[in-house]
Amino acid sequence: MEQQIVKVKNKRGVRVIPGFGLSFGVTLSMLSVLVLIPMASVFVSVGKLGLREFVDVVFSRQIISSYIVSFSCAFVAALVNAVFGMILAWVLVRYEFPGKRLMDGIIELPFALPTAVAGISLTYLYSDQGWIGSFFDRVGIKIAYTRIGITIAMVFVGIPFVVRMVQPVLAKLDRQYEEAAMMLGAGRARIFFKVILPELFPALIAGFGLAFARGIGEYGSVVFIAGNIPYKTQIAPLLIMTKLEQYKYEDATAIALVLLLVSFVVMLIINSAQIYMQKFSRT
Amino acid sequence: MRQKKVNLCSKILVVLIVGFMITLTGCGGNERVASGGGDGNAELVELLNVSYDPTREFYATYNKMFSEYWKEKSGQGISVTQSHGGSGSQARSVIEGNEADVVTLALAHDVTAIEEAGLIERGWIGEFDSNSAPYTSTIVFLVHKGNEKNIQDWNDLIKDGVEVITPNPKTSGGACWNFLAAWAYQQKQDGNDEDVTKKFMKKLYQNVLVLDSGARGATNTFVENGQGDVLIAWENEAYLAMKEYPDQYEIVTPSVSILAQPSVAVVDSNVDDHGTREAAEAYLEYLYSDEAQRLAGDNYYRPVKEAILKEYSGQFDLDMNLVTIDDFGGWDEAYRVYFEDGAIFDQIYEE
Repeated sequence: MEQQIVKVKNKRGVRVIPGFGLSFGVTLSMLSVLVLIPMASVFVSVGKLGLREFVDVVFSRQIISSYIVSFSCAFVAALVNAVFGMILAWVLVRYEFPGKRLMDGIIELPFALPTAVAGISLTYLYSDQGWIGSFFDRVGIKIAYTRIGITIAMVFVGIPFVVRMVQPVLAKLDRQYEEAAMMLGAGRARIFFKVILPELFPALIAGFGLAFARGIGEYGSVVFIAGNIPYKTQIAPLLIMTKLEQYKYEDATAIALVLLLVSFVVMLIINSAQIYMQKFSRT
Repeated sequence: MRQKKVNLCSKILVVLIVGFMITLTGCGGNERVASGGGDGNAELVELLNVSYDPTREFYATYNKMFSEYWKEKSGQGISVTQSHGGSGSQARSVIEGNEADVVTLALAHDVTAIEEAGLIERGWIGEFDSNSAPYTSTIVFLVHKGNEKNIQDWNDLIKDGVEVITPNPKTSGGACWNFLAAWAYQQKQDGNDEDVTKKFMKKLYQNVLVLDSGARGATNTFVENGQGDVLIAWENEAYLAMKEYPDQYEIVTPSVSILAQPSVAVVDSNVDDHGTREAAEAYLEYLYSDEAQRLAGDNYYRPVKEAILKEYSGQFDLDMNLVTIDDFGGWDEAYRVYFEDGAIFDQIYEE
């Protein structure tokens, strides 16, 4: 009996930094105050609506079309980010060139820049009078005030997620695998798809998921570049704001709840896919 | 060690770039600017005026004028802080606890919302002259110089290929006035047939390229980003754009428009808490003085005093046929019929 207690104590003593109780307490209270209680208040506020009203609000045609705009644009933006984010991470890890550190810092710009500023700058550049937009306008492509514009804003805010997820994995990747594959006669494409990509895939998917979730929730930069026309370029977060301005707090939280649930399900699927693949790649 | 240094350098650089871009776009959504003010006086009264978008320039000057007047009259120094934004969201901020002493908003509906939250006493609309609207405005068109698409009246806006910029009435007070002015025009054309007017409005809003959330946003879309052929705008906002960009734009006054009456009110429960009722009431009362009325005229608002309005007959088209909100049964009725969820504005976007 006594021996057992000593054993347990010993086990605890093994930790390099003590203070589980304190740090766990801080974690719990921070999580509660900043995340769990605000989230719970969304559910409480929605609870004031009856089920009938909730369904009426959430499945009205205008709001469904705004979900479609938000989800489709965020999905495309996350895909674009996954591809280009990986290339960016590749360049930053594998090559040496002047200005590399600077480039590495610029990746984080979308995190630091207030989204409204990003939105205004992007709109200015991509409108048919702007530097980049006028170029595309000549070949008949309108960017600002269309879904393409919304997607571009979402690409902008989402790119750091993919790069920062993939970069460390790529840096740790042992080059001996590639060399071995080459010695065994694999071509470059084969090495990339069969050796490197499977190792990167979990990180890539995680980055994709974060970029996707960020795109769905993004408001500040998108409203400037979207035309905000109902049924065409109106995103779901804008409708939440619109409901708030009309003093319809319950309706706004109902729309928010749907966004929250969908984001949650997406993140859940992505996380389980990631866990599954990590197991798979190890065996 | 070296790497660390370089890393730090690049981080500093990022911060600098961000700072540069912020100054470049000069963006300010909801800034508060203190203006006027007594110098080091022990008895300094502070007022917060929560207002809507296009009044920035007017109140910046008015606050100085009022603080001089008040100092002379009562010996008190006064400092007025301004807050600007879309009228609806400004009203919401007051309801949610922004400690405004006075509100000067785009339409009575938004003040009524604050009244319903219990912060303003009933009957505020009769507290000051002319329905508590010391200056009025109307809705006009701003077009590019030369008016290539030959836009003269509301029916020109529904032609194919004309691109229109106007904000969303669900979030912008100005946009509500825009909508109602167009509605009033078409009702006069076809003898109050609602279905025909709805079709007209549908066509009009199909030509709308960008539906911004506020009046200032719409002006920026039109002026800064060069979008659209015509901006449906507050008269004062249109004149301001003309002043900022001389020789680039023209104002077109439609045959029918609406008399927009921006409302002012003292936020009763806040002034009682702050003990600023006297100053707050004087602040709004002084808007009706000759000097303030002229200042409103100088800032392209129509003074409510007839005699002073006449002084500006060269500036404003005083022969416009203006309907009023009473023709729509007052704001509560108008909001219910046209802008509530599922009401006419939503209907014209359906199908």
